[in-house]
Parts: sequence; structure tokens; C-alpha cells
Amino acid sequence: MTDFLTSNAEAHRPQSLIAHFDASQPLAMSAGVMLAPFSIAYQTYGRLNADKSNAILLCHALTGDQHVASVHPVTGKPGWWSALVGPGKPIDTEKYFIICSNVLGGCMGTTGPASLNPATGKPYGLDLPVVTIADMVRAQAMLVERLGIETLFCVAGGSMGGMQALQWAASFPDKVFSVMIIAAAARHSAQNIAFHEVGRQAVMADPDWRGGRYLEEGVRPAKGLAVARMAAHITYLSEEALQRKFGRKLQNRTEKTFSFDADFQVENYLRHQGSTFVDRFDANSYLYVTRACDYFDLAQDYGGSLATAFKNSPTRFCVVSFTSDWLYTTSESRVIVHALNAAAASVSFVEIETDKGHDAFLLEEPDFIATTRGFLAGAARARGLDI
Amino acid sequence: MNAKPATRIDLLLVADMVETGARVLDVGCGDGELLRLLADTRGVDARGMEISQKGVNDCVAKGLSVVQGDADIDLADYPTNGFDYVILSQTLQATRNPKLVLEQMLRIGKRAIVSFPNFGHWRIRWQIAARGRMPMTSNLDHAWYETPNIHFCSIRDFVSLAELVEARIVKAMALDKEGAQMRFDAPWWAWNLLGEQALFLLERKRP
Repeated sequence: MTDFLTSNAEAHRPQSLIAHFDASQPLAMSAGVMLAPFSIAYQTYGRLNADKSNAILLCHALTGDQHVASVHPVTGKPGWWSALVGPGKPIDTEKYFIICSNVLGGCMGTTGPASLNPATGKPYGLDLPVVTIADMVRAQAMLVERLGIETLFCVAGGSMGGMQALQWAASFPDKVFSVMIIAAAARHSAQNIAFHEVGRQAVMADPDWRGGRYLEEGVRPAKGLAVARMAAHITYLSEEALQRKFGRKLQNRTEKTFSFDADFQVENYLRHQGSTFVDRFDANSYLYVTRACDYFDLAQDYGGSLATAFKNSPTRFCVVSFTSDWLYTTSESRVIVHALNAAAASVSFVEIETDKGHDAFLLEEPDFIATTRGFLAGAARARGLDI
Repeated sequence: MNAKPATRIDLLLVADMVETGARVLDVGCGDGELLRLLADTRGVDARGMEISQKGVNDCVAKGLSVVQGDADIDLADYPTNGFDYVILSQTLQATRNPKLVLEQMLRIGKRAIVSFPNFGHWRIRWQIAARGRMPMTSNLDHAWYETPNIHFCSIRDFVSLAELVEARIVKAMALDKEGAQMRFDAPWWAWNLLGEQALFLLERKRP
């Protein structure tokens, strides 16, 4: 086995279910090309009911994956949304059939830049067409169809997952009964793009990036990817939370060392975030998924009017924001809500008071838990789900 | 279907004005009591707008479709004829621009339902006349310096406003302190004197 396969085991042989799509079912990509063959790695939880009306698709965020409620095969950590998904939890695996797939462009088994390009027998690297949120959603829709599900009861996601949920509602209004758009935006702002560009430049500035062909050359741009993660991680937290957690506290020392060691706890924390991230994530994948977010501007696809994207939508919407989230602010959520109101869509909008920043959507915030539980229960009643 | 006995009587009267299966927007829906009542007893597609985030969160946790919003500002987002009924229950007097709010309601909804405390009631007139102080009653128990109610009106004031915004009064009733309908036929001046609250069903004169 060549090196680039063993060093990327999850990208090639994921410990997940896989749906393969061959040349007869190509994916029409926003870049204007057809992708075939391609694969989607996914996890499911719970049981699909007889009339297939209880399926929920959960969309993961930038560097998340399909292991939403099960132990991560690389890190050994619990699923990224264990706070919300599981037996008796708001997204109840005893009531609903949960699907979570790795996004197109990802590195956990779905086709991405680390996957083998069948034309060359080598990893795609940058030869994979640039992926968009709409591409991710089209691929998910093909998976859902493969699973024999006509209408999803709900599509939910936070951050980039919320963008996918929004795209689902716009692209497939008749296939989603309800959507939850959490800590997200209808388009990436200049600041959002700017932070992502810093991350990409950090990756590409690493000499081991090798123009994106590092897997073939048996190296990895770990330093660059770690720096990218460090910068991004700051945007996931609030200033208040950073201050509360670390302040100016020193790391295992009583005095400053007058060096560039990680004197401060916050430095040590970020370095740790960066170094653990590179063990589970592919650098090129990071370029692709950040690009997908940057290209996202749903209104642009509908003549500049977001409301047009949701005209006559039968879908029930729930939009959630967090007060201390400065990455995707409440005002971005309000833009979505205003558009949905203008489209006379059924919409709930909740702003959750928290100092935990953007990452609050991954945590056990009582008001957020109650919102999710209530919204899904209301939607289940409206759909006549017997649960 | 029977509503729970705890339901406010005036809300039952509002619910009675709404046709089954209609699309309804409740502006200032509070904790969602009316929305729940409408959804349960009239099978309507009920949506709400509420200014307090706490109220919104409570509503959504109950499975109701509610957004945080300010009637003075956010009604402008809603499309013309988007709803069959737009309801403003005990909120008109707390808006900054009641005329604009009423106009927006009549634009968004085919019909508007408005309830409000009647400032023409004899007890209120008496407090001003006899005591020379801003009135406080059991229903209006805020001191003038901290009241959210900044635009009080009497029943006759409201009838004039309805005329001004070219609304036709389809139904009107005076309510007593508990919110029950005062079942007698009387001219406006009598209702204005004896009604603690009022409830109006309006529609646009021009379609």
C-alpha cells in the first residue's frame, strides 16, 4: 500500500457506511463539471419508520464529520453533537432516523481532495473541482434518494451545516418538511472570507504543502494547517469566554520567560488545538471547505433577493443565533428571518443568551436544547408523526 | 373542543372571530397563549411576533412559530395579503406609532383584530377628574413614569382611527373587566363609558 493511503486511512477506508455513485450518476457541480464516480461516507442512528417520515439529516460544520453521535474513529472523542443527539435527547435517536454524511470535499470518506482520482490513481489534490455548499447539498440529496427517503422530516445544522440546511430549503423545498439553521448566515461576509483566507495562506505557505501534492510526496503541511486552525479557533470563541477561561494566566510557570515559549495559557491552548487538529484533518480539505463557505451567497443565486429563494416554501423554519457569536452574528440570522417573513414562510427565530461564542451551538445550552426540542415536537405534530 | 378554563375570556372572543384553517399572525403574542388556542381549537396556521426574547424562546420551546420582532419596525417585512388575519391583542397602546401599525396590519392581513384597554371608561375619567392623577387600574397597574403603554386611546378614538386608515368595522364589542362581552346594544358613547376593554374586527374598505 502506498504511503498516501495508509496515512489517510479514514479518507480511503472510512469506518462508516459508504454510498458509491458510478459514472451513470454523476454529480453536477457548480463549477460546471460533472463529478463521477464519487462516494459519500455516512452514519445513521435510530430506525426509519414504515412510511419513511421520521428521517432527519444533520449537516456538519467546517471541520466536522459524519460522527455526530458516535465515537470518532481517529480521536476517540464522543460525537460532535452528543449534547443534542442521542436517546432521549432533543434530536432523539429513539424517535427519529438520523443521517449524517461527510461533506463533499471532506476527508472522512466522502470524495475530497485526499481521495484517489480514478483518472490518475493518485490523490486529487487541487485537481478536484472547487466545491460549493450547493454541491454538498446535491450530493446529500442523492444519498437521501438512495436511502429511499422522499421527504426529510428535518434538515438541521450549525455554522456551515446551517448554510447547508438553508440551501436544502431553497433547492429542495418539497423534500424538507422543516429546517433548523443554527449560528449561520445566508452569505459569507468580507470578514468571514478574510479569516478563511488567513487560514488558507497559512496552509499554502508551509513548504510541505508542495502545491497541494504533499500526499504523493509523503509529507504534510502540519505547521501551516495548525496555524490555520489556531486563527480560526479564536473566531469560534468570544472574547469574554477567552478572558474567563484564560485571562493572562501563565502556563505552568510563575514568571514570564522573556522568550517566545508558550508563556500564556491561551497560547498553550491554541497550540494544542492546532496540533491535535492536524491529526484528523487534511490540509487540502481545509482549503476546499473554507472556499465552499466563502462562495456561499444564497441571495445571489436568486437575483439578489433572499426572499425569492423561499417563495411559496412549505417548509417550517427555525433560525437560531447566539448573543456572543461574532463569526455569524444575530444580525446575519435576522437577514434570513426577514427574508423568510417576506416570503410568508413559517418561521421561528430564537436568539440564545450565552457568552460562549460561535461554538455555543455544539454545547449543552439549556435554552438551545429547549428550542430544538420544542421546534421538532411542533413540526412532528404538524406532520402527524406518531412519536 | 373545549378550551382550558384558565384561558382568558377575551382570547376566546378573539378566537371566535377567526375562521377555521385561516392563516393568522399574532403581533405581540407574549407567551403564545392565543396562538396555542388558535392552533388547538381553530386548526389555523398560527404565527407570532413578540418583542421580548424570553417570550419568543418560551413560544418556540412550546412548538409555536414565533419570531422576535418589533411591531413598529418589523411588520414592514411581511408581504401584502400574506395572512387572513393579523391580531394585535392588548398591544396597540404600547406601540410607538399605532396608526402605522394598524395600517401595516390591514396591508398584511385581509382582516385585522385589535383589542385594547378603553381609556374612556368612567373609572379612568373619574381618576383624572377627581384626583387629578394619571389613572391606574387593576388592568393598567403601571405608574405613568414606567408604563410601557404610551399611546392610550378610548373606544371613540379608535373608531376615528379606523375611519382614518379606511378600515370598515366588521364587528365591535365592549368587554368588562374580566374580558367578557358586554351584551347590550348601546351607542358608542355608552360603550366608551362602560367598557373596560374593546375588541374590533376590521377589514380594508378597498380590497
